[in-house]
Amino acid sequence: MNTLIVISILPIILLYLGLYKVKNALLPVTIIGLIAALVLAVMQWNTVATPIYSGMMLFDNTSIAFSSVAIVSTILILLLSKDYFDRISDHVAEYYSIILFSLAGIIVMLSYNNLTMLFIGIEIMSVSLYILAGIKKSDFASNEAALKYFLMGAFSTGFLLFGVTLIYGASGSFDLGKIRDYVLTTPSIDPMFYTGIALMIVGLCFKVGAAPFHFWTPDVYEGAPTLITAFMSTVVKTAGFAAFLRLFAACFVTLSSFWVPILLAIAFITLFIGNITALYQQSFKRMLAYSSISHAGYLLFAIIAVGASSANSILVYALAYSVASIIAFGALILIQQQSGNDNFDSFNGLGKNNPFLALTLTVAMLSLAGIPLTAGFIGKFFMFRGALAQYQVWLVVVAIINAIISIFYYFRVIIAMYFREADGAEVVVPASYKFVLAVCALITVIVGVYPIFISNLI
Amino acid sequence: MTVSILLFLPVIAALVVLFFKNETAKHVALFFSVVEFALAIAFLCKFVPDATMQFATNVPWIPKLGIYFATGIDGTSIIMVLLSTLMVPLIILTTYQHQYKNANAFYALILFMQAGMLTVFTALDGFLFYVGWEAALIPIYFICSMWGGENRVRITIKFFIYTFAGSLFMLAALIYLYLQNPNKTFDLFEFCALNLSADKQQWVFLAFFIAFAIKMPIFPFHTWQPDTYTTAPSAGTMMLSGIMLKMGIYGYIRWCIPISPLGFQHWNSIVVILAIIGIVYASIIAFKQKNGKRLVAFSSIAHVGLIAAGITVFSIQGLQGAMIQMLSHGINVVGMFFIWDIISRRMNTLEINQLGGIAKVAPKFAIAFLIITLGTVALPLTNGFVGEFLLLNGIYQGNAWLGAIAGLTIILGAVYMLRMYKGVMQGETNELTVNFTDIHGSETVVLVIICALIIGIGVYPQAILHLSENSVGNLGHAVITKIFPSAGY
Repeated sequence: MNTLIVISILPIILLYLGLYKVKNALLPVTIIGLIAALVLAVMQWNTVATPIYSGMMLFDNTSIAFSSVAIVSTILILLLSKDYFDRISDHVAEYYSIILFSLAGIIVMLSYNNLTMLFIGIEIMSVSLYILAGIKKSDFASNEAALKYFLMGAFSTGFLLFGVTLIYGASGSFDLGKIRDYVLTTPSIDPMFYTGIALMIVGLCFKVGAAPFHFWTPDVYEGAPTLITAFMSTVVKTAGFAAFLRLFAACFVTLSSFWVPILLAIAFITLFIGNITALYQQSFKRMLAYSSISHAGYLLFAIIAVGASSANSILVYALAYSVASIIAFGALILIQQQSGNDNFDSFNGLGKNNPFLALTLTVAMLSLAGIPLTAGFIGKFFMFRGALAQYQVWLVVVAIINAIISIFYYFRVIIAMYFREADGAEVVVPASYKFVLAVCALITVIVGVYPIFISNLI
Repeated sequence: MTVSILLFLPVIAALVVLFFKNETAKHVALFFSVVEFALAIAFLCKFVPDATMQFATNVPWIPKLGIYFATGIDGTSIIMVLLSTLMVPLIILTTYQHQYKNANAFYALILFMQAGMLTVFTALDGFLFYVGWEAALIPIYFICSMWGGENRVRITIKFFIYTFAGSLFMLAALIYLYLQNPNKTFDLFEFCALNLSADKQQWVFLAFFIAFAIKMPIFPFHTWQPDTYTTAPSAGTMMLSGIMLKMGIYGYIRWCIPISPLGFQHWNSIVVILAIIGIVYASIIAFKQKNGKRLVAFSSIAHVGLIAAGITVFSIQGLQGAMIQMLSHGINVVGMFFIWDIISRRMNTLEINQLGGIAKVAPKFAIAFLIITLGTVALPLTNGFVGEFLLLNGIYQGNAWLGAIAGLTIILGAVYMLRMYKGVMQGETNELTVNFTDIHGSETVVLVIICALIIGIGVYPQAILHLSENSVGNLGHAVITKIFPSAGY
């Protein structure tokens, strides 16, 4: 659990560094601190996990694996932040601190063993994000995003909290183990408990951006600074699904006949809304927002097919999706700086102007589309397998139709980059971006070709 | 010796080629593809034409999911391996007088595609088969959209989405079979031994068949094909028509039918009828074409329809015919597209009625064109004849009426092909064709090899037929025993 402590102390150190105006040390200190936290997490791998802090947290292998993915993704995203925050304002230290506070909340979400901790984790993460979405103070869209996110987030937390109380009312405990015992031993489960589950589904679906609770996603993703959007759509989404699965796998498996139909309906709607709306976007950033909704639909498969391999499926899918999204957002930041907007047209001729950037972005798009030999395919493969194992054949057919639709908009970028004439100037890629993009592309290809590293972790 | 060498060499070659610039990239690519062909010949020399799996590789890939890197060559695969390793050097040679920009990327993609196709032709693991299937698709997508002609972006994305859609259903079927398999592996032979109930097999067959029917393509899944063939750069068209469409036929014989024999029996008559409609329909449309490349594209649909019909009627003879016809069709269609490549490069047109009289000014070209035309219309003593004869004979024994209609392919084929030849080569020269220079250099090499193959296989088809005889026989008997358990085969 030292990981959480390190990640909580780190932002305070950063605030002091900001106070004494040692700006250049901010990024290195953050990265070193995160690497230390990562090492501490990995050291606990395969040790016998027991609930700690009076049974509030359980740092088991699942938590370690997801925490590692979250920390690595955060490191990669922060590496892209060099010079990025300076352009927004002078108070850079605060931004780093807030991102790390958010990460601390995420670690709590990934390792809770008690519903109060789930709530606290989600709140620590969300409040930080409300601020981060609005850091461009003079920008209208950024303000709108922050306000919208805050209102919707508060609203969904209400649902979540209401669900938690109802479950407490029925089972008499916040503890995951005790709730499970209640479900397994009680012959007739209180209707209040079912209502609680339904309300928690609503609350959690808000957080992960699944339709029909997705309305905040496009505006918030578009309005927030691109780097923050990258953080939200990768680390935060992964954490949301891991928390979702943790609850359902631990407590509600035997009640699946109640909640699986609800999630099936949500997955259907999410896939179609995400993909079809993404088709009509002119802005690359907005397309990514809708595509993140559709990926939420695929990730729901693992929860619908809840079982021994679900956590692993989500881990693989989330990793594949995260690294590909980091490439996409990284490229988007560079293109935005160069051309001033984020339309598909801005990518025209990138294949000629900057072959490296175009190649990594192509790998990312192929991965998001689920083409073999990329990590995205392995992720989709796991999801399809899970769904078919539960005989959800129609779900898979819907997923196939959606995978086909998604080709249109992912390939639009590839077409723009390679088959359209250039109208912009050459894009300069700073060294830190080169590093991050290359690492992400390598992870994508390695996991795609030889997924054994990750496919049987948990 | 294991097949892996054959599969990884093109991948390495593709990476090496990337480091060379234009002209050199061409030579390096040619060098590697010739080495690959020499390797295939070495395999052929060691190959024993019985029904066993040879040169097998079986390494755990993702063992937890039951996924193995399992490959092997038997009588059916060896012909496909020969076809793809032989055609790629020829296709690279046909581009010798082209100047492609970013030539290194172009040749790297061709070699990578070859690796994907060879994976498909040798895979014994469902997952690997699927990966190879898609790994061959991505390069051709880029080849067609980067170096293609008019409207290439729109047409190629249509092609990509069409084939990708089909293959996703195949993926779902593969995962389904995997889950049904008590050993939880993707092994082809375990899939074949599953003995699912008839109604489950119907769905499995359908899921596989859509993928293969789109690839071949069989009517009514063919709509992507003429546009794509016409728009793609010539080398891309040759890769598509010469080798890639055989992935569909091969998959049909090797995966679809043995895994779901009862499904095959259920859908049998519908598939035969679709294939035969395709033959007649494509022949009639080919007859009306004015654009040479489009005409060849439609003739390809007709020929593939005949192969599909021959397989679906299902007799050992028909299957053997399909095997040899896959090879012959590959050779002929590559030759035909190369002929049109030469014409379009010299004359800047593909319109048949703007040409004429070329035979007078380019006699060597005329001879090559004639031999390829005769091979395509299946004249005896050419390679096309053996395959079509066996296929038609198979169909005729299944159903005389269908045999008669399918036989139209020979007549109609002769009509539109010879008309095309007449329009292009004979008659008086006009102001355009009078300047036609005869073939030279690399063009001669390619055409001589192709003509030699056409005549060689036509005169002594046994050289090819004996390779696949035992494997095809085995496969055929296994399927027939499952469909008619009491037949006593």
